[in-house]
Amino acid sequence: MIRITDISHQIAGQEILHRVNLDIPQGGLTALVGPNGAGKSTLLSLVARLLKAQSGRIEINGKDLSQYSHADLAKLLAILPQVLTSTHRISVKDLVGFGRYPYSRGRLGPQDRKVVAQVLQSFELQQIQDRFLDTLSGGQRQRAYTAMAWAQDTEYLLLDEPLNNLDIAASRSLMARLKTLAKQEQRTIVIVLHDINYAAGYADHIVALKAGQIVAAGSPQEIVSEGFLRDVFETDAKVVLAGERPLVVV
Amino acid sequence: MPRLWLLSTVGLILILSLVSVFVGVIDLSWAGILRDPEALQLLAVSRLPRTAAALLTGCSMAGSGQIMQILVRNKFVEPISAGTGQAAALGLLLSVLLFPAAELAVKMSLAAGTALLGTLGFLTLVRRLPPTEPLLVPLVGLVYGGILGAVMVFIAFQADLIQYVEVWMLGEFSGVMRGRYELLWLAGGAAFISYLIAGQFAILGLGRDISLSLGLKHRQVMAAGLLCGSVGSALTVVAVGMLPFIGLVIPNLVSRRLGDNLRTTLPITALLGGVFVLGCDILARMLRHPFEVPVGTIFGVLGSIAFLWLIYTRPRNA
Repeated sequence: MIRITDISHQIAGQEILHRVNLDIPQGGLTALVGPNGAGKSTLLSLVARLLKAQSGRIEINGKDLSQYSHADLAKLLAILPQVLTSTHRISVKDLVGFGRYPYSRGRLGPQDRKVVAQVLQSFELQQIQDRFLDTLSGGQRQRAYTAMAWAQDTEYLLLDEPLNNLDIAASRSLMARLKTLAKQEQRTIVIVLHDINYAAGYADHIVALKAGQIVAAGSPQEIVSEGFLRDVFETDAKVVLAGERPLVVV
Repeated sequence: MPRLWLLSTVGLILILSLVSVFVGVIDLSWAGILRDPEALQLLAVSRLPRTAAALLTGCSMAGSGQIMQILVRNKFVEPISAGTGQAAALGLLLSVLLFPAAELAVKMSLAAGTALLGTLGFLTLVRRLPPTEPLLVPLVGLVYGGILGAVMVFIAFQADLIQYVEVWMLGEFSGVMRGRYELLWLAGGAAFISYLIAGQFAILGLGRDISLSLGLKHRQVMAAGLLCGSVGSALTVVAVGMLPFIGLVIPNLVSRRLGDNLRTTLPITALLGGVFVLGCDILARMLRHPFEVPVGTIFGVLGSIAFLWLIYTRPRNA
Protein backbone atom coordinates (compact mmCIF):
# COMPACT_ATOMS: atom_id res chain seq x y z
CA MET A 1 0.00 0.00 0.00
CA ILE A 2 1.09 3.55 -0.71
CA ARG A 3 0.31 5.84 2.23
CA ILE A 4 0.57 9.57 1.69
CA THR A 5 0.49 11.62 4.89
CA ASP A 6 0.20 15.37 5.10
CA ILE A 7 2.04 16.14 1.87
CA SER A 8 2.30 19.79 0.86
CA HIS A 9 4.35 20.97 -2.07
CA GLN A 10 5.29 24.34 -3.46
CA ILE A 11 6.79 25.14 -6.83
CA ALA A 12 8.16 28.65 -7.33
CA GLY A 13 6.29 29.95 -4.32
CA GLN A 14 2.97 28.58 -5.48
CA GLU A 15 1.29 25.87 -3.47
CA ILE A 16 0.60 22.92 -5.76
CA LEU A 17 -0.43 20.41 -3.09
CA HIS A 18 -1.94 21.29 0.27
CA ARG A 19 -1.91 18.75 3.13
CA VAL A 20 -2.77 15.72 1.03
CA ASN A 21 -3.64 12.51 2.89
CA LEU A 22 -4.31 9.46 0.78
CA ASP A 23 -4.06 5.67 0.90
CA ILE A 24 -3.70 4.01 -2.45
CA PRO A 25 -5.00 0.48 -2.04
CA GLN A 26 -3.10 -2.62 -3.10
CA GLY A 27 -4.04 -4.16 -6.42
CA GLY A 28 -6.06 -2.98 -9.38
CA LEU A 29 -6.29 0.31 -11.18
CA THR A 30 -6.48 3.60 -9.28
CA ALA A 31 -7.28 6.62 -11.42
CA LEU A 32 -6.19 10.11 -10.44
CA VAL A 33 -8.56 12.67 -11.94
CA GLY A 34 -9.09 16.40 -11.65
CA PRO A 35 -8.96 19.62 -13.62
CA ASN A 36 -5.74 20.93 -15.17
CA GLY A 37 -3.29 22.16 -12.58
CA ALA A 38 -4.89 20.25 -9.72
CA GLY A 39 -1.55 18.73 -8.73
CA LYS A 40 -1.97 15.19 -10.11
CA SER A 41 1.40 14.98 -11.84
CA THR A 42 3.15 16.57 -8.87
CA LEU A 43 1.64 14.00 -6.53
CA LEU A 44 2.74 11.18 -8.84
CA SER A 45 6.25 12.60 -9.12
CA LEU A 46 6.51 12.82 -5.34
CA VAL A 47 5.45 9.20 -4.91
CA ALA A 48 8.06 8.15 -7.49
CA ARG A 49 10.68 10.36 -5.82
CA LEU A 50 11.27 12.35 -9.00
CA LEU A 51 10.57 15.38 -6.81
CA LYS A 52 11.93 15.76 -3.32
CA ALA A 53 9.22 15.89 -0.67
CA GLN A 54 9.10 19.26 1.10
CA SER A 55 6.87 18.24 3.97
CA GLY A 56 4.83 15.26 5.11
CA ARG A 57 5.71 11.64 4.41
CA ILE A 58 5.11 8.91 1.91
CA GLU A 59 5.31 5.24 2.84
CA ILE A 60 5.37 2.31 0.49
CA ASN A 61 4.61 -1.10 2.00
CA GLY A 62 5.08 0.41 5.45
CA LYS A 63 8.56 1.77 4.77
CA ASP A 64 9.38 5.44 4.36
CA LEU A 65 10.10 6.37 0.75
CA SER A 66 13.38 8.07 1.63
CA GLN A 67 14.67 4.80 3.14
CA TYR A 68 14.71 2.99 -0.19
CA SER A 69 17.91 2.87 -2.23
CA HIS A 70 17.72 3.77 -5.94
CA ALA A 71 18.18 0.14 -6.87
CA ASP A 72 15.52 -1.18 -4.49
CA LEU A 73 12.95 1.44 -5.39
CA ALA A 74 13.40 0.69 -9.09
CA LYS A 75 12.38 -2.91 -8.39
CA LEU A 76 9.32 -1.85 -6.42
CA LEU A 77 7.93 1.10 -8.31
CA ALA A 78 8.09 2.36 -11.89
CA ILE A 79 6.85 5.65 -13.30
CA LEU A 80 6.20 6.66 -16.86
CA PRO A 81 6.27 10.46 -17.19
CA GLN A 82 3.94 12.38 -19.44
CA VAL A 83 6.31 13.67 -22.09
CA LEU A 84 8.04 10.81 -23.85
CA THR A 85 10.97 11.53 -26.11
CA SER A 86 10.54 10.70 -29.75
CA THR A 87 13.89 11.72 -31.20
CA HIS A 88 15.95 9.02 -29.54
CA ARG A 89 16.40 6.22 -32.07
CA ILE A 90 16.02 3.09 -29.99
CA SER A 91 14.37 -0.09 -31.22
CA VAL A 92 11.23 -1.22 -29.41
CA LYS A 93 12.98 -4.38 -28.28
CA ASP A 94 15.96 -2.47 -26.86
CA LEU A 95 13.59 -0.07 -25.12
CA VAL A 96 11.73 -2.89 -23.40
CA GLY A 97 15.16 -4.32 -22.54
CA PHE A 98 15.99 -1.06 -20.74
CA GLY A 99 13.08 -1.90 -18.44
CA ARG A 100 15.25 -4.71 -17.08
CA TYR A 101 17.98 -2.30 -16.02
CA PRO A 102 17.26 -2.60 -12.26
CA TYR A 103 18.00 -6.33 -12.54
CA SER A 104 20.51 -6.56 -15.36
CA ARG A 105 22.50 -3.32 -14.90
CA GLY A 106 22.68 -3.15 -18.67
CA ARG A 107 23.68 -6.73 -19.48
CA LEU A 108 20.57 -8.75 -20.24
CA GLY A 109 20.72 -12.29 -18.86
CA PRO A 110 18.59 -15.25 -19.95
CA GLN A 111 15.88 -14.43 -17.40
CA ASP A 112 15.76 -10.80 -18.63
CA ARG A 113 15.45 -11.93 -22.24
CA LYS A 114 12.60 -14.21 -21.26
CA VAL A 115 10.74 -11.36 -19.56
CA VAL A 116 11.35 -9.03 -22.52
CA ALA A 117 9.97 -11.63 -24.94
CA GLN A 118 6.93 -12.15 -22.72
CA VAL A 119 6.24 -8.43 -22.36
CA LEU A 120 6.64 -7.87 -26.11
CA GLN A 121 4.02 -10.55 -26.58
CA SER A 122 1.54 -9.29 -24.00
CA PHE A 123 1.74 -5.77 -25.41
CA GLU A 124 1.53 -7.12 -28.98
CA LEU A 125 4.77 -5.50 -30.01
CA GLN A 126 6.50 -8.44 -31.72
CA GLN A 127 5.56 -7.19 -35.19
CA ILE A 128 7.32 -3.87 -34.60
CA GLN A 129 10.03 -4.95 -32.17
CA ASP A 130 12.87 -3.96 -34.49
CA ARG A 131 11.41 -0.59 -35.48
CA PHE A 132 12.93 2.60 -34.07
CA LEU A 133 10.78 4.69 -31.72
CA ASP A 134 10.84 7.75 -33.97
CA THR A 135 9.15 5.78 -36.76
CA LEU A 136 6.17 4.67 -34.65
CA SER A 137 2.71 6.19 -34.35
CA GLY A 138 1.81 7.91 -31.09
CA GLY A 139 -0.19 4.91 -29.94
CA GLN A 140 2.55 2.41 -30.74
CA ARG A 141 5.15 4.55 -29.01
CA GLN A 142 3.05 4.89 -25.86
CA ARG A 143 2.52 1.13 -25.89
CA ALA A 144 6.26 0.53 -26.26
CA TYR A 145 7.10 2.82 -23.32
CA THR A 146 4.39 1.26 -21.20
CA ALA A 147 5.83 -2.16 -22.06
CA MET A 148 9.24 -0.94 -20.90
CA ALA A 149 7.81 0.14 -17.56
CA TRP A 150 5.97 -3.18 -17.36
CA ALA A 151 9.17 -5.14 -17.97
CA GLN A 152 10.55 -3.47 -14.85
CA ASP A 153 8.36 -5.98 -13.04
CA THR A 154 7.43 -3.68 -10.19
CA GLU A 155 4.61 -4.04 -7.69
CA TYR A 156 3.56 -0.44 -8.38
CA LEU A 157 3.32 1.26 -11.74
CA LEU A 158 2.56 4.98 -12.04
CA LEU A 159 1.44 6.31 -15.41
CA ASP A 160 1.09 10.03 -16.09
CA GLU A 161 -1.59 10.67 -18.71
CA PRO A 162 -0.76 7.73 -20.96
CA LEU A 163 -3.80 8.42 -23.13
CA ASN A 164 -2.54 11.82 -24.26
CA ASN A 165 -2.56 11.98 -28.06
CA LEU A 166 -4.04 8.51 -28.43
CA ASP A 167 -7.12 7.85 -30.54
CA ILE A 168 -10.09 6.00 -29.11
CA ALA A 169 -9.00 2.56 -30.32
CA ALA A 170 -5.49 2.89 -28.92
CA SER A 171 -6.82 4.35 -25.65
CA ARG A 172 -9.36 1.59 -25.11
CA SER A 173 -6.93 -1.16 -25.97
CA LEU A 174 -4.23 0.23 -23.63
CA MET A 175 -6.70 0.58 -20.73
CA ALA A 176 -8.13 -2.89 -21.27
CA ARG A 177 -4.65 -4.39 -21.46
CA LEU A 178 -3.55 -2.65 -18.27
CA LYS A 179 -6.66 -3.77 -16.42
CA THR A 180 -6.25 -7.39 -17.47
CA LEU A 181 -2.51 -7.48 -16.77
CA ALA A 182 -2.89 -5.77 -13.39
CA LYS A 183 -5.37 -8.45 -12.38
CA GLN A 184 -3.33 -11.36 -13.80
CA GLU A 185 -0.07 -10.31 -12.19
CA GLN A 186 -1.58 -8.67 -9.10
CA ARG A 187 0.06 -5.34 -9.65
CA THR A 188 -1.06 -1.90 -8.52
CA ILE A 189 -1.42 0.71 -11.23
CA VAL A 190 -1.93 4.40 -10.51
CA ILE A 191 -2.89 6.31 -13.60
CA VAL A 192 -3.48 10.00 -14.18
CA LEU A 193 -6.39 10.40 -16.57
CA HIS A 194 -7.81 13.44 -18.28
CA ASP A 195 -10.99 11.87 -19.49
CA ILE A 196 -13.32 11.02 -16.64
CA ASN A 197 -15.08 8.42 -18.78
CA TYR A 198 -11.95 6.29 -19.08
CA ALA A 199 -11.60 6.47 -15.31
CA ALA A 200 -15.23 5.52 -14.81
CA GLY A 201 -15.00 2.77 -17.41
CA TYR A 202 -11.81 1.00 -16.35
CA ALA A 203 -10.64 2.05 -12.88
CA ASP A 204 -11.32 0.15 -9.66
CA HIS A 205 -10.81 3.29 -7.58
CA ILE A 206 -11.00 6.95 -8.43
CA VAL A 207 -9.23 9.71 -6.52
CA ALA A 208 -10.18 13.26 -7.41
CA LEU A 209 -7.90 16.23 -6.82
CA LYS A 210 -8.82 19.87 -7.03
CA ALA A 211 -6.57 22.84 -6.29
CA GLY A 212 -4.02 20.65 -4.53
CA GLN A 213 -6.45 18.81 -2.29
CA ILE A 214 -8.18 15.44 -2.37
CA VAL A 215 -11.88 16.10 -2.84
CA ALA A 216 -13.23 12.59 -3.39
CA ALA A 217 -12.07 8.98 -3.34
CA GLY A 218 -13.91 5.73 -3.91
CA SER A 219 -15.24 3.39 -6.58
CA PRO A 220 -16.53 4.87 -9.86
CA GLN A 221 -20.09 4.05 -8.86
CA GLU A 222 -19.73 5.88 -5.58
CA ILE A 223 -18.05 8.91 -7.00
CA VAL A 224 -19.03 9.86 -10.51
CA SER A 225 -22.23 11.88 -10.36
CA GLU A 226 -23.56 15.16 -11.68
CA GLY A 227 -22.81 16.86 -8.38
CA PHE A 228 -19.24 15.55 -8.45
CA LEU A 229 -18.64 16.98 -11.92
CA ARG A 230 -20.03 20.33 -10.81
CA ASP A 231 -17.86 20.43 -7.68
CA VAL A 232 -14.61 19.15 -9.13
CA PHE A 233 -14.65 20.16 -12.78
CA GLU A 234 -17.14 23.03 -12.57
CA THR A 235 -19.16 21.83 -15.49
CA ASP A 236 -22.80 20.80 -15.85
CA ALA A 237 -22.79 17.43 -17.55
CA LYS A 238 -25.33 14.65 -17.33
CA VAL A 239 -24.31 11.28 -15.91
CA VAL A 240 -26.12 8.15 -17.08
CA LEU A 241 -25.60 4.51 -16.17
CA ALA A 242 -24.17 2.20 -18.80
CA GLY A 243 -24.58 -1.26 -17.30
CA GLU A 244 -22.95 -0.97 -13.88
CA ARG A 245 -20.68 1.92 -14.74
CA PRO A 246 -21.50 5.62 -14.73
CA LEU A 247 -21.01 7.45 -18.00
CA VAL A 248 -20.64 11.19 -18.49
CA VAL A 249 -22.59 12.53 -21.45
CA VAL A 250 -20.22 15.01 -23.05
CA MET B 1 24.00 -5.32 -39.09
CA PRO B 2 25.95 -3.61 -36.25
CA ARG B 3 28.47 -6.47 -36.33
CA LEU B 4 29.01 -5.95 -40.04
CA TRP B 5 29.63 -2.24 -39.44
CA LEU B 6 32.04 -2.99 -36.62
CA LEU B 7 34.02 -5.48 -38.71
CA SER B 8 34.17 -3.18 -41.73
CA THR B 9 35.35 -0.20 -39.68
CA VAL B 10 38.06 -2.31 -38.07
CA GLY B 11 39.05 -3.56 -41.55
CA LEU B 12 39.16 -0.01 -42.90
CA ILE B 13 41.31 1.09 -39.98
CA LEU B 14 43.85 -1.64 -40.75
CA ILE B 15 43.95 -0.81 -44.46
CA LEU B 16 44.16 2.97 -43.94
CA SER B 17 46.86 2.58 -41.27
CA LEU B 18 48.95 0.62 -43.73
CA VAL B 19 48.45 3.28 -46.42
CA SER B 20 49.15 6.07 -43.93
CA VAL B 21 52.49 4.61 -42.96
CA PHE B 22 53.69 4.68 -46.57
CA VAL B 23 52.42 8.12 -47.55
CA GLY B 24 54.66 11.12 -46.99
CA VAL B 25 57.38 13.38 -48.35
CA ILE B 26 60.10 10.77 -47.89
CA ASP B 27 59.55 7.52 -49.77
CA LEU B 28 59.24 4.46 -47.64
CA SER B 29 59.10 0.91 -48.90
CA TRP B 30 58.71 -2.55 -47.42
CA ALA B 31 62.21 -3.40 -48.42
CA GLY B 32 63.51 -0.20 -46.84
CA ILE B 33 61.91 -0.96 -43.49
CA LEU B 34 63.59 -4.34 -43.44
CA ARG B 35 67.07 -3.17 -44.46
CA ASP B 36 67.46 0.54 -43.86
CA PRO B 37 67.80 1.70 -40.22
CA GLU B 38 66.93 5.25 -41.28
CA ALA B 39 63.63 4.11 -42.73
CA LEU B 40 62.86 2.32 -39.51
CA GLN B 41 63.63 5.52 -37.66
CA LEU B 42 61.23 7.46 -39.92
CA LEU B 43 58.56 4.89 -39.22
CA ALA B 44 58.97 5.03 -35.45
CA VAL B 45 59.42 8.77 -35.07
CA SER B 46 56.99 10.14 -37.62
CA ARG B 47 54.72 7.80 -39.58
CA LEU B 48 53.44 5.53 -36.82
CA PRO B 49 52.86 8.41 -34.35
CA ARG B 50 51.01 10.36 -37.03
CA THR B 51 48.81 7.42 -37.89
CA ALA B 52 48.04 6.73 -34.25
CA ALA B 53 47.36 10.43 -33.61
CA ALA B 54 44.82 10.64 -36.43
CA LEU B 55 43.06 7.47 -35.29
CA LEU B 56 42.96 8.49 -31.63
CA THR B 57 41.75 12.00 -32.45
CA GLY B 58 38.96 10.62 -34.60
CA CYS B 59 37.86 8.12 -31.94
CA SER B 60 37.96 10.72 -29.23
CA MET B 61 36.15 13.46 -31.17
CA ALA B 62 33.39 11.19 -32.44
CA GLY B 63 32.95 9.63 -28.99
CA SER B 64 32.92 12.98 -27.19
CA GLY B 65 30.42 14.32 -29.73
CA GLN B 66 28.10 11.40 -29.14
CA ILE B 67 28.28 11.80 -25.36
CA MET B 68 27.68 15.54 -25.56
CA GLN B 69 24.60 14.89 -27.70
CA ILE B 70 23.25 12.54 -25.05
CA LEU B 71 24.01 14.95 -22.20
CA VAL B 72 22.10 17.85 -23.76
CA ARG B 73 19.65 15.53 -25.55
CA ASN B 74 20.17 17.27 -28.84
CA LYS B 75 21.69 15.77 -31.96
CA PHE B 76 23.09 18.97 -33.40
CA VAL B 77 25.78 19.81 -30.88
CA GLU B 78 29.41 18.81 -30.64
CA PRO B 79 32.02 19.85 -28.08
CA ILE B 80 34.45 21.71 -30.32
CA SER B 81 31.96 24.27 -31.60
CA ALA B 82 29.91 24.52 -28.38
CA GLY B 83 32.51 25.94 -26.04
CA THR B 84 34.41 22.87 -24.83
CA GLY B 85 37.16 23.30 -27.42
CA GLN B 86 37.42 27.05 -26.92
CA ALA B 87 37.48 26.65 -23.14
CA ALA B 88 40.28 24.09 -23.46
CA ALA B 89 42.29 26.46 -25.65
CA LEU B 90 41.63 29.27 -23.16
CA GLY B 91 43.01 27.09 -20.36
CA LEU B 92 46.03 26.27 -22.46
CA LEU B 93 46.61 29.95 -23.15
CA LEU B 94 46.32 30.81 -19.46
CA SER B 95 48.82 28.11 -18.60
CA VAL B 96 51.25 29.52 -21.16
CA LEU B 97 50.79 33.00 -19.65
CA LEU B 98 50.78 32.10 -15.97
CA PHE B 99 53.12 29.10 -15.81
CA PRO B 100 55.32 29.35 -18.89
CA ALA B 101 57.83 26.92 -17.47
CA ALA B 102 55.31 24.30 -16.41
CA GLU B 103 55.40 20.78 -17.74
CA LEU B 104 53.01 19.53 -20.36
CA ALA B 105 51.04 17.59 -17.74
CA VAL B 106 50.23 20.82 -15.88
CA LYS B 107 49.13 22.62 -19.05
CA MET B 108 47.06 19.64 -20.02
CA SER B 109 45.34 19.48 -16.63
CA LEU B 110 44.53 23.16 -16.76
CA ALA B 111 43.09 22.80 -20.26
CA ALA B 112 41.02 19.80 -19.16
CA GLY B 113 39.78 21.75 -16.15
CA THR B 114 38.66 24.77 -18.15
CA ALA B 115 37.11 22.46 -20.76
CA LEU B 116 35.07 20.86 -18.00
CA LEU B 117 33.95 24.26 -16.71
CA GLY B 118 33.15 25.40 -20.25
CA THR B 119 30.98 22.35 -20.88
CA LEU B 120 29.28 22.76 -17.53
CA GLY B 121 28.52 26.37 -18.45
CA PHE B 122 26.98 25.23 -21.72
CA LEU B 123 24.83 22.60 -19.98
CA THR B 124 23.57 25.19 -17.48
CA LEU B 125 22.76 27.59 -20.29
CA VAL B 126 20.97 25.01 -22.37
CA ARG B 127 18.81 23.81 -19.49
CA ARG B 128 16.99 27.13 -19.55
CA LEU B 129 16.05 26.87 -23.22
CA PRO B 130 12.50 25.82 -24.11
CA PRO B 131 12.42 22.10 -25.02
CA THR B 132 10.08 22.87 -27.91
CA GLU B 133 12.86 24.68 -29.81
CA PRO B 134 15.56 22.05 -30.39
CA LEU B 135 17.46 24.18 -32.90
CA LEU B 136 18.13 26.84 -30.28
CA VAL B 137 20.56 24.49 -28.54
CA PRO B 138 23.21 24.31 -31.30
CA LEU B 139 22.74 28.02 -32.05
CA VAL B 140 23.32 28.95 -28.42
CA GLY B 141 26.30 26.59 -28.50
CA LEU B 142 27.81 28.41 -31.47
CA VAL B 143 27.30 31.80 -29.84
CA TYR B 144 28.70 30.56 -26.53
CA GLY B 145 31.70 28.97 -28.23
CA GLY B 146 32.19 32.15 -30.25
CA ILE B 147 32.26 34.30 -27.12
CA LEU B 148 34.75 32.03 -25.35
CA GLY B 149 36.86 32.00 -28.51
CA ALA B 150 36.76 35.79 -28.70
CA VAL B 151 37.90 36.12 -25.09
CA MET B 152 40.77 33.77 -25.86
CA VAL B 153 41.82 35.65 -29.00
CA PHE B 154 41.62 38.96 -27.12
CA ILE B 155 43.92 37.72 -24.36
CA ALA B 156 46.27 36.19 -26.91
CA PHE B 157 46.33 39.43 -28.87
CA GLN B 158 47.20 41.45 -25.77
CA ALA B 159 49.97 39.02 -24.85
CA ASP B 160 51.27 38.74 -28.40
CA LEU B 161 50.53 35.02 -28.54
CA ILE B 162 48.23 34.98 -31.58
CA GLN B 163 50.48 32.56 -33.45
CA TYR B 164 50.18 30.02 -30.66
CA VAL B 165 46.42 30.29 -30.69
CA GLU B 166 46.17 29.80 -34.43
CA VAL B 167 47.88 26.45 -34.10
CA TRP B 168 45.25 25.30 -31.61
CA MET B 169 42.34 26.65 -33.63
CA LEU B 170 43.24 24.82 -36.81
CA GLY B 171 43.88 21.21 -36.03
CA GLU B 172 46.30 19.27 -38.18
CA PHE B 173 48.80 16.47 -37.88
CA SER B 174 51.91 17.68 -39.70
CA GLY B 175 53.61 18.50 -36.40
CA VAL B 176 52.92 15.11 -34.87
CA MET B 177 56.05 13.21 -33.92
CA ARG B 178 57.12 10.76 -31.28
CA GLY B 179 57.10 12.56 -27.93
CA ARG B 180 54.49 15.13 -29.02
CA TYR B 181 51.26 13.20 -29.38
CA GLU B 182 51.25 10.70 -26.50
CA LEU B 183 48.56 12.70 -24.67
CA LEU B 184 46.16 11.38 -27.25
CA TRP B 185 46.42 7.91 -25.76
CA LEU B 186 44.76 9.39 -22.68
CA ALA B 187 42.00 10.79 -24.90
CA GLY B 188 41.62 7.29 -26.32
CA GLY B 189 41.45 6.03 -22.74
CA ALA B 190 38.63 8.49 -21.98
CA ALA B 191 36.77 7.18 -25.03
CA PHE B 192 37.26 3.63 -23.82
CA ILE B 193 35.95 4.44 -20.33
CA SER B 194 32.88 6.03 -21.87
CA TYR B 195 32.38 2.81 -23.83
CA LEU B 196 32.28 0.88 -20.54
CA ILE B 197 29.31 2.95 -19.40
CA ALA B 198 27.68 3.22 -22.83
CA GLY B 199 24.63 1.24 -21.69
CA GLN B 200 23.97 3.81 -18.98
CA PHE B 201 24.41 6.69 -21.44
CA ALA B 202 21.79 5.12 -23.70
CA ILE B 203 19.27 5.20 -20.85
CA LEU B 204 20.30 8.76 -19.99
CA GLY B 205 19.11 9.68 -23.47
CA LEU B 206 15.54 8.81 -22.44
CA GLY B 207 15.54 11.71 -19.99
CA ARG B 208 15.93 12.30 -16.28
CA ASP B 209 12.59 10.93 -15.13
CA ILE B 210 12.82 7.60 -16.92
CA SER B 211 16.48 7.22 -15.92
CA LEU B 212 15.54 7.73 -12.27
CA SER B 213 12.56 5.39 -12.56
CA LEU B 214 14.89 2.68 -13.87
CA GLY B 215 17.17 3.20 -10.86
CA LEU B 216 20.00 4.75 -12.87
CA LYS B 217 22.27 6.98 -10.80
CA HIS B 218 21.42 9.89 -13.06
CA ARG B 219 23.73 12.47 -11.52
CA GLN B 220 26.76 10.20 -11.45
CA VAL B 221 26.32 9.04 -15.03
CA MET B 222 25.89 12.66 -16.16
CA ALA B 223 29.09 13.58 -14.31
CA ALA B 224 30.97 10.65 -15.84
CA GLY B 225 29.83 11.66 -19.32
CA LEU B 226 30.80 15.25 -18.72
CA LEU B 227 34.24 14.18 -17.55
CA CYS B 228 34.94 11.74 -20.39
CA GLY B 229 33.65 14.12 -23.07
CA SER B 230 35.44 17.23 -21.79
CA VAL B 231 38.75 15.56 -21.02
CA GLY B 232 38.77 13.77 -24.38
CA SER B 233 38.10 16.99 -26.28
CA ALA B 234 40.58 19.01 -24.22
CA LEU B 235 43.37 16.53 -24.86
CA THR B 236 42.85 16.56 -28.61
CA VAL B 237 42.93 20.39 -28.59
CA VAL B 238 46.20 20.34 -26.62
CA ALA B 239 47.79 17.68 -28.81
CA VAL B 240 46.65 18.51 -32.36
CA GLY B 241 44.30 21.52 -32.17
CA MET B 242 40.59 21.92 -32.81
CA LEU B 243 38.94 19.66 -35.36
CA PRO B 244 35.30 20.68 -35.53
CA PHE B 245 32.51 18.77 -37.25
CA ILE B 246 33.73 15.20 -36.61
CA GLY B 247 31.79 15.00 -33.37
CA LEU B 248 28.68 16.09 -35.22
CA VAL B 249 28.81 14.18 -38.49
CA ILE B 250 29.98 10.75 -37.37
CA PRO B 251 27.52 10.17 -34.47
CA ASN B 252 24.62 11.34 -36.64
CA LEU B 253 25.69 9.10 -39.48
CA VAL B 254 25.78 6.07 -37.20
CA SER B 255 22.53 7.05 -35.48
CA ARG B 256 20.75 7.30 -38.82
CA ARG B 257 21.74 3.80 -39.81
CA LEU B 258 21.99 1.90 -36.55
CA GLY B 259 20.02 3.89 -33.96
CA ASP B 260 20.99 5.23 -30.56
CA ASN B 261 21.53 2.16 -28.44
CA LEU B 262 25.00 3.27 -27.46
CA ARG B 263 25.95 -0.11 -26.08
CA THR B 264 26.23 -1.36 -29.64
CA THR B 265 26.79 1.90 -31.52
CA LEU B 266 29.34 3.84 -29.44
CA PRO B 267 32.33 1.65 -30.42
CA ILE B 268 31.27 1.87 -34.07
CA THR B 269 30.94 5.66 -33.81
CA ALA B 270 34.37 6.00 -32.24
CA LEU B 271 36.10 3.70 -34.74
CA LEU B 272 34.37 5.32 -37.68
CA GLY B 273 35.60 8.69 -36.40
CA GLY B 274 39.11 7.24 -36.54
CA VAL B 275 38.55 5.99 -40.09
CA PHE B 276 37.32 9.39 -41.30
CA VAL B 277 40.07 11.43 -39.69
CA LEU B 278 42.82 9.10 -40.83
CA GLY B 279 41.34 8.98 -44.35
CA CYS B 280 41.19 12.77 -44.47
CA ASP B 281 44.74 13.05 -43.18
CA ILE B 282 45.98 10.71 -45.91
CA LEU B 283 44.18 12.84 -48.50
CA ALA B 284 45.65 15.95 -46.89
CA ARG B 285 49.11 14.55 -47.47
CA MET B 286 48.46 13.35 -51.02
CA LEU B 287 46.41 16.10 -52.68
CA ARG B 288 49.23 18.61 -53.13
CA HIS B 289 52.16 16.35 -52.53
CA PRO B 290 54.79 17.23 -51.30
CA PHE B 291 52.82 20.01 -49.56
CA GLU B 292 49.98 19.46 -47.12
CA VAL B 293 46.42 20.71 -46.95
CA PRO B 294 45.10 21.15 -43.36
CA VAL B 295 43.10 18.06 -42.43
CA GLY B 296 40.29 20.25 -41.07
CA THR B 297 39.74 21.68 -44.56
CA ILE B 298 39.42 18.22 -46.09
CA PHE B 299 37.09 17.11 -43.36
CA GLY B 300 35.04 20.29 -43.79
CA VAL B 301 34.44 19.50 -47.45
CA LEU B 302 33.84 15.76 -47.08
CA GLY B 303 31.90 16.23 -43.86
CA SER B 304 29.53 18.75 -45.45
CA ILE B 305 28.85 16.37 -48.32
CA ALA B 306 28.25 13.52 -45.89
CA PHE B 307 25.94 15.71 -43.84
CA LEU B 308 23.90 16.82 -46.83
CA TRP B 309 23.56 13.23 -47.90
CA LEU B 310 22.47 12.41 -44.37
CA ILE B 311 19.78 15.08 -44.35
CA TYR B 312 18.41 14.25 -47.79
CA THR B 313 18.25 10.49 -47.49
CA ARG B 314 15.54 8.87 -45.45
CA PRO B 315 16.70 7.28 -42.22
CA ARG B 316 16.48 3.53 -41.95
CA ASN B 317 13.30 2.49 -40.26
CA ALA B 318 14.17 -0.86 -38.84
